[in-house]
Amino acid sequence: MQFFFEVLIAGLLSGVMYALVALGYVLIYKASGVFNFAQGAMVFFAALTTAGLVDSGLSLWLAVPLTMVAMVVLGLLTEKFVLRPLVAQHEITLFMATIGLTFFIEGLAQAIWGANVRALDLGIEDVPLEWLLESANIAVSQFDLIASGIAAVLVTLLAIFFSKTKIGRALRAVADDHQAALSIGIPLQHIWGIVWAVAGFVALVAGLLWGARNGVQFALTFVALKALPVLILGGFTSVPGAIVGGLIIGASEKLAEVYLGPYVGGGIEGWFPYVLALLFLVVRPEGLFGERIIRRI
Amino acid sequence: MFYRESGQFKATYAEDSEIFPIRQDKIGIAVILAIAFLGIPLLAKTGFLSDYAFTAILTPFLIFSLAALGLNILTGYAGQLSLGTAAFMAVGAFASYNFMLRIDGMPILVAFILGGLCAAAVGIIFGLPSIRIRGFYLAAATLATQFFIVWCLTKVGWFTNYSSSGVITAQKIMMFGYTFDTSFSKYLFVLSVVSVMALLAKNMVRTNVGRSWMAIRDMDMAAEVIGFRPVRTKLMAFAVSSFYCGVAGALFAYAYLGTVEPEGFNLDLSFRILFMIIIGGVGSILGSFLGSAFIVLLPILLNMFTHFLDSSIGVDVPSGIASSIELMVFGAMIIFFLIVEPHGLARLWQIGKEKLRLWPFPH
Repeated sequence: MQFFFEVLIAGLLSGVMYALVALGYVLIYKASGVFNFAQGAMVFFAALTTAGLVDSGLSLWLAVPLTMVAMVVLGLLTEKFVLRPLVAQHEITLFMATIGLTFFIEGLAQAIWGANVRALDLGIEDVPLEWLLESANIAVSQFDLIASGIAAVLVTLLAIFFSKTKIGRALRAVADDHQAALSIGIPLQHIWGIVWAVAGFVALVAGLLWGARNGVQFALTFVALKALPVLILGGFTSVPGAIVGGLIIGASEKLAEVYLGPYVGGGIEGWFPYVLALLFLVVRPEGLFGERIIRRI
Repeated sequence: MFYRESGQFKATYAEDSEIFPIRQDKIGIAVILAIAFLGIPLLAKTGFLSDYAFTAILTPFLIFSLAALGLNILTGYAGQLSLGTAAFMAVGAFASYNFMLRIDGMPILVAFILGGLCAAAVGIIFGLPSIRIRGFYLAAATLATQFFIVWCLTKVGWFTNYSSSGVITAQKIMMFGYTFDTSFSKYLFVLSVVSVMALLAKNMVRTNVGRSWMAIRDMDMAAEVIGFRPVRTKLMAFAVSSFYCGVAGALFAYAYLGTVEPEGFNLDLSFRILFMIIIGGVGSILGSFLGSAFIVLLPILLNMFTHFLDSSIGVDVPSGIASSIELMVFGAMIIFFLIVEPHGLARLWQIGKEKLRLWPFPH
């Protein structure tokens, strides 16, 4: 039973990290209706840039703000050169454009920093919490716990940003109806620029945590792909959905790996979330918290 | 001037519904086929074309064209975006391998067709969610195909005949006692298969099957209302598309690589094929070929360019950076095409035809 809880908690904690990546997708999708496939590449870019700056002698406290600047610039450039010319195009066209963007960002990151695996040290040790180990005999990684704490803070901040600030209200207005938002004087392109910058910030946080956990390498982009089943489960338009979806995916994938894996040869973590999401879609196409799809001719 | 269909009258229904209704198109296709089947072999015999041209350019170009054709049927004609193309190719390749391995005296073409049918069956199973979901929900769901199939082929030893590394070595291509073992003969083999299947596809998209795909693509609700059966149409598209991808995968293993592992059919390959149809033209048979040519040639040209930089100005581009720049160029190309010409190279050819119709006069 203790083992079960250990696996469950580890899964939930990694689920929080998936949710963090998924959050970036939801932000952009809500505000501009673009499904930004490049979010994973942005996570990779952020992690690699930070690690590269640290490796070239900067302190972490300087490298992170610099990367933040880079991410904002990247987001703004994307908005200006990729999405603005494609405005009012079919959503699948936009989706394919972001696949192109994925390749571009991945190539850019590796052209600047090289394709080597880099370590990223945030100063948090990946060791089991001692008091929990002693009192309940359950090993829970300190790093994972702090990471999910950071994620929780980030989600709260975003929630406040969305509901309490003027920009947040404008963002929600744009998400609801572009045309109506434009007509009451909300500067659409300005807002989209902000969304991309915020998504860049979320990518940076996710990149730092994932990079410190697994090492900064190309495989990070695959971790980011895992955010897709999270989105399918939670619904593309819902921030709470991204979090709940992340928890479900994280927990079920770890449990499946431990309890089902041995029967089929292991390594099912790679596809289990996708198949789970796929089966889920057949039952509920709009996800747990997504808006119900009403279709008319 | 060159491309004028005026004066070409159709007197019967059969004439009107030909695959290539315009005389120029008929001549064009005949010329292309003649060049591919006779011209290129002649060039090879006289030594103009090296082995490299066959193994690195012509054969992969044809195989990728077939795979792109398969994806184009699904995405371009039926409107169902898929990111799992490579998985269907893998099914085709490994199924053909097992049919050849386990059944004595299996003719290679029959093995390819059976491999394609296996891919089609898998396509139908993984196409089932398309009944309920659309757009990029479906695209995300097709990733399940990609990861599951590759995992399955890696983990289940039976598929790879219990090879310890998971690598299979494709059997020799033999037909009527002749072994296709040189790069040149493999090219001819691939060319025959691809031209037959491309003509079939060209024919299929103008029949009621193809028209029902396009109806579903353009507006599925409306298509349903006027009596197209969406379930059947979508699954049919998945099946036919996967069949094409499966055969392309089998050719990929047998005529191009020779030895192949499940990881060779990774997500990257799926994306490459998606790029081919975006650049070539979504919803166009010709576009599949143009896009494939573009994607096959681009790395070679980039490579030549870096060599040129190295030899002429002495700028040495490290290979790591060169491959990163290749990724960037791919990405930038995709975005460029989507913005400037969303219908790809095939549309450019159409515009060219319009111009040729009037040439040399401006109006």
